[in-house]
Amino acid sequence: MNVGNWLAVGGAAVLALVAVVEIRRRVGTGAPGRRFFRHPTAAPAVFVLGFFVTVALAAPLVTPYQPYLQIDITRLANHPPSSQFPLGTDPFGRDVWSRLVFGARISLGIGALAMLVAVTTGVVVGGVAGYFRRWVDATLMRLVDVGLAMPRMFMLLMVVALWEHVPLAVLVLLIGLTGWFGTSRLVRAEVLSVREREFVAAARSLGAEPARVILRHVLPNAAAPIIVSAALGIGNVMLLEAGLSFLGMGVPSPAPSWGNMIADGWPKMAVAPWCSTVPGLAISLVVMALNAVADALRDALDPRKETA
Amino acid sequence: MAAWLVRRLAASIAIVWAVVTLTFLIVHLAHGSPCGQPDGRPIAPEVCADLTRRFGLDRPLGVQYVKYLGALLRGDLGESLSLHRPVADALADTLPNTFMLALTALILDFTLGLALGVYQAARERRFSDIALGNAALFVNSMPTFWLGLVLLLVFGQRLGWFPVGGLRDLVLCPRVDSLPCAADFAWHLALPALTLGLVGAANTARYQRAALLDVVRQDFVRTARAKGLPERRVLLVHALRNALLPLITLFGLSFPFLLTGAVLVETVFAWPGMGLLAVNAILQRDYPIVTAAALVASVMVVLGNLLADALYGVADPRIRARAT
Repeated sequence: MNVGNWLAVGGAAVLALVAVVEIRRRVGTGAPGRRFFRHPTAAPAVFVLGFFVTVALAAPLVTPYQPYLQIDITRLANHPPSSQFPLGTDPFGRDVWSRLVFGARISLGIGALAMLVAVTTGVVVGGVAGYFRRWVDATLMRLVDVGLAMPRMFMLLMVVALWEHVPLAVLVLLIGLTGWFGTSRLVRAEVLSVREREFVAAARSLGAEPARVILRHVLPNAAAPIIVSAALGIGNVMLLEAGLSFLGMGVPSPAPSWGNMIADGWPKMAVAPWCSTVPGLAISLVVMALNAVADALRDALDPRKETA
Repeated sequence: MAAWLVRRLAASIAIVWAVVTLTFLIVHLAHGSPCGQPDGRPIAPEVCADLTRRFGLDRPLGVQYVKYLGALLRGDLGESLSLHRPVADALADTLPNTFMLALTALILDFTLGLALGVYQAARERRFSDIALGNAALFVNSMPTFWLGLVLLLVFGQRLGWFPVGGLRDLVLCPRVDSLPCAADFAWHLALPALTLGLVGAANTARYQRAALLDVVRQDFVRTARAKGLPERRVLLVHALRNALLPLITLFGLSFPFLLTGAVLVETVFAWPGMGLLAVNAILQRDYPIVTAAALVASVMVVLGNLLADALYGVADPRIRARAT
């Protein structure tokens, strides 16, 4: 790592810190913001997420090597952490720090995109089921029952293994489309209670279309559990991706993801433990931050928690 | 209660049927055949044709499906393509190992999780509560298999306290039939069970703490305290009994967690259970084993939910009254 890289990493940390302070200043005055930051882990969690996102976006600036580059396979494989390689090198002689940073793009990207697919599907299905009730609800919820009973990890492994060379976009879609069942149940329950309220009846009596009623009147009032489940969803997807990649069925190898970094380092775990422990720590840290944010959001978005 | 049970059972069977059908479709619509090995070893075309005919893979999909369902109803899971033995035998060999692992992990999960949750609730918002809470959140956020790798590295490889994999010592203990061999088995079981149990316990502790704190704010707890009962008795006897209900939900949910967790943990520890069998079968396109494993997995999930609902009724008279 050269001086420029260190400065860039420091810059990213400062940026994340500024972001935390700024968010706290902006929203900390309102009641939800106060409830959010009352959690002792909320601010550090936002910092961790901010740092990893910044570093991932600025990957070429903070890394000294290309993530694929085998620097010197004969002499620099399994090199322990040093000033040149802050997190060491892996069994293929690649810089672990560079791979970690570029891997953040893939791992966080998959997490965010798959969560987006899952939450969108879940909201649409749950919203439709809860709003129209009757046979629509019954049919969709039976589908959800099947989805929830489906061994997800297993099904994904099966699809990826049997259809060789699944592109990354398809993998994201698959993970997303197998992850919306829980969300749709949450949304349905919320919609069922909101749709009976007076303002929904008022909107309907003014002649609003069902789509408009659902999108403009019902869903905004059911947003809290959706947001919380989205935050939890990203973490779940990251853990799932790690598991799939570990078995060699996720992100295909030369591309770095935190999951396949663990897999790449595993055979040399005894000689070069840093290769597998570092990406695992990164996953744990980010997922923990996401869980902490979800916890804090749950309280922040629930006005009944004010007195507690 | 009986009508409720019948209704739930019928729904459960329908769900399992749907999962089985889905698995069947995924497997049979996939590219490739059991003849084309991923490692690219050539197979003579006549051998391939013979194999395809023998396993009925040349018949139309609908015919294969009906045949498969019929066999399934008779309890026949078919024959493994790669192990050259009935799938039921392969499952019978591996399922006990998975159950052993899951059961040990489950016991660890709930005893540790319960103790931790109660302790944290008793020390609410003090330093030990916050420290333990964050530690539990961290463990709960780890990829389970990665925790396994770290434990393996530290306790298996570096310290050498535990074996680095496998079910038992194959030379000294080909069968678990004596006390030393049982101890050897437990010794091999320790790390994988600890891996699954720790992650589960972290989750359980979080729920248990929240549930107990909910109950502690209720009136009957205040009454118990007003009577002058010692705090230990208030918490452990009066409050805890009423805070155990969420544990039942967790118990039902832990079935799928233990099962999917087992797929990866069994791979890490070379534990010859159903997870490892399934992963190998997937890699070798061994369709009958893959579909059978998916069937077992979905049955476990449905069973977990059913058991949790039934236990709810047993534990809480209010729910029992509503169900009938």
